Amino acid sequence: MLNIALWKRAAIVLVCLYGLALAMPNAFYSRVEGHNDAVSAIETQGATPALVAQRDAWPGWLPSGLVNLGLDLRGGAHLLAEVQVSDVYADRMDGMWPDVRDALRDVRAQVGTIRRQASAPGELRVRLSRPEGMADALTAVRALARPVVTLTGVGSSDIEVRAEGDTLIVSLSDAEKLATDDRTIQQSLEIVRRRVDEVGTREPTIQRQGSNRILIQVPGIGSAEELKALIGTTARLTFNPVVGRTSNAAENPGPGNVIYPDIAGDGTYYILEKSPVVSGEDLTDSQPAFDQNGRPSVTFRFNPAGARKFGQYTSDNVGSPFAIVLDGEVISAPVIREAILGGSGQITGNFNLDESTQLAILLRAGALPAKMVFLEERTIGPELGQDSIDAGKIASLVAFAAVLFFMWASYGLFGFFANAALIINVGLIFGLLSVIGATLTLPGIAGIVLTIGMAVDANVLIFERIREELKSARGPARAIELGYEKALSAILDANITTFITATILFILGSGPVRGFAVTLALGILTSVFTAIFVTRLMIVMWLERRRPKTITV
Amino acid sequence: MRLKLVPSETNWNFFAVSYLTFGASALAMVVSVVLFFTMGLNFGIDFRGGTTIRTESTQSVDVGAYRDAMAALNLGDVSITEVFDPSFGPEKNVAQLRIQAQDDQESVTPETISAVEAALQAVDPAITFPSVESVGPKVSGELIKTAVLSVVLSILAVLVYIWLRFEWQFSLGAVIALIHDVTLTIGIFAALQIKFDLAIIAALLTIVGYSLNDTVVVFDRVRENLRKYKKMALKELLNLSINETLSRTVMTSFTTLLALIALFVLGGDVIRGFVFAMIWGIIVGTYSSVFVASNILLMLGVKRDWSKDQDGGAGTQFANVDA
Repeated sequence: MLNIALWKRAAIVLVCLYGLALAMPNAFYSRVEGHNDAVSAIETQGATPALVAQRDAWPGWLPSGLVNLGLDLRGGAHLLAEVQVSDVYADRMDGMWPDVRDALRDVRAQVGTIRRQASAPGELRVRLSRPEGMADALTAVRALARPVVTLTGVGSSDIEVRAEGDTLIVSLSDAEKLATDDRTIQQSLEIVRRRVDEVGTREPTIQRQGSNRILIQVPGIGSAEELKALIGTTARLTFNPVVGRTSNAAENPGPGNVIYPDIAGDGTYYILEKSPVVSGEDLTDSQPAFDQNGRPSVTFRFNPAGARKFGQYTSDNVGSPFAIVLDGEVISAPVIREAILGGSGQITGNFNLDESTQLAILLRAGALPAKMVFLEERTIGPELGQDSIDAGKIASLVAFAAVLFFMWASYGLFGFFANAALIINVGLIFGLLSVIGATLTLPGIAGIVLTIGMAVDANVLIFERIREELKSARGPARAIELGYEKALSAILDANITTFITATILFILGSGPVRGFAVTLALGILTSVFTAIFVTRLMIVMWLERRRPKTITV
Repeated sequence: MRLKLVPSETNWNFFAVSYLTFGASALAMVVSVVLFFTMGLNFGIDFRGGTTIRTESTQSVDVGAYRDAMAALNLGDVSITEVFDPSFGPEKNVAQLRIQAQDDQESVTPETISAVEAALQAVDPAITFPSVESVGPKVSGELIKTAVLSVVLSILAVLVYIWLRFEWQFSLGAVIALIHDVTLTIGIFAALQIKFDLAIIAALLTIVGYSLNDTVVVFDRVRENLRKYKKMALKELLNLSINETLSRTVMTSFTTLLALIALFVLGGDVIRGFVFAMIWGIIVGTYSSVFVASNILLMLGVKRDWSKDQDGGAGTQFANVDA
């Protein structure tokens, strides 16, 4: 027990040194942060003297991993959004209608004339004038079904077709719904990520939670409202031909047409053709700009396919108006003065500069496939976070000093060994946190303080045991050996049980609570390591050097 | 001269007043349950849904004026509390507003927030809003579920682990001690009406872990002594084990408390409730591992033969308890 092989000694010392080296950047937080930011900025935008100076403030060969600060410490916004996945079902059904119509027309002889009925979203109801041809209609429409390509949905097709009297009903199959939901969430995640990245904040967290939720955390943003404005807008842009203009919102737009309000809310409504000429999906770029009158506007550029469609339409319809529609509101409805063949254009509406900038961002990032509802939002001001960091720092230092003094007063030299191990322990926690890129939260700081208190436990167990063994009047070396040996099972059992609760907390907890679980669990690992390896190594080295006849613990 | 919290050699009889300590624990648990059902917990928005707004101003907080400003907005139940902290100083006056979850909406609308902020700014132009948090009823319901689930799961996991490592009597003793600690902590939160939010659940689980730590150390010694003194009466043996580990139990609780008290006093008001729960839990946990867990073990009795070759009569042997 007391003979520690040289390689083990070297390994223990190396682990401690390596851990402390990894923890060190946190002591120079702002400088290292500046270095890391500069490095990534140089990668993306090229070097400038200012960036290079910032980068060189911290030597590149040193570790530069930092503990991430949670929102409660850094300030920022947190949103939990639920994606309304069923929105997409309605679109899917609308998209199917032309195919269904064509399929049924092919069997017109059997089914007679067909008419689309109003239905719940996500369903397509078609009435046949000859119900006796239903079997043929079913076969024809079922032929449109495609197999679902997912791991779980093997063998099922994407639509379900059934008959109800003279009505044929098409809806998505459950397997297809699942697959669609998944696609919708993935797409939403991607769009949200692009939009947040466009604003250029540091290290946003954008995660999928559960089946249909997205967690968004953005440090350093002023408020959750700002974030909501950015990601809550669907931003579906379409260019539709204008049929007419009215002031009566209830007016019947007629088949294939829709009625949308003007964005200014001045009581003007436009009757538009429902199917757009081009939509936002064909945009490749969009920038805020000013028009020739110096008003804020947004420029856009189409991809070749979009440019062709737009060019074709504008050259065919010179002199008639078309509408630029964003999320069901008409931004503007200019008259086409000449064919727009270059594939780029400019939208001028009633924007101010902020709005045009925002719109350009949204158009660049693309439209969300479905609406999002916000279930939870939190804004923490940076000052409050800084206050928490300061308070946490002072409290940790005081707690640290009190425990160090108390251990020294209780166990003398052995207390000193335990204290050295405790300092290494806290260093290792920070080192580990930096390496795994964990997030430090306010409860996480509490977890570290708790660890400071509890980390000495293993040493206390050992020292108390050594005291007991000394009473049986054996030599100091033997007493220390027995102390370590007999305390081990208690140390392991006690720490494993705490580790179990920390694990459960990590799995089920969220946000700050999870941060607490991480520091608690890491604290358990490092404190067991320091107690059974580091203090033992120190005590063994001291024994070998001094060879004391008696010891007091 | 070493600092000693307990004399190095103790021979206190912890079971002398066991009917008293046990009765007190049982009574405290009953009181806690009654308090929980009569007064209820002061749930934070994590569990109840709603919005909290933290305000900060150089002017002193006028709760009455704030309340009048809120009453005009028709937001339903609004609670306003002033927050005190020694670190604030006269220039920093903090209050916490809590607005109930509004009907028919998941999280609060930006319009509501700006209306509230504008109304408060009319009362006090210097006011700022360092944090605004809003949780919808859907999420808060789920948070309650996972919170309860995590406490129950961790107690179950511990039950199984100690059962595997020791014997079922130990496991039951430890778990009853844990339930005791969790109940008493919930009781004090009901009695003092301290805000009960997600962080408190984390504190509860830490208490579970910590109290267990203590219990396991005592049990470990009991197991060792069971092997060593094959003929000693169980009561005497438990007492000996507690006495032998007492110095460690007190030392560890003391260092942990020392650290937590520093955090309680200096850590700021945001986590004070959380730290309070842990301080309370450590005191109760230390008490319960000495007085509750061992008492249960004494009542249940334990298998006495811990040598390698078992005589087949493994299990409870009540006959040996008073042998």
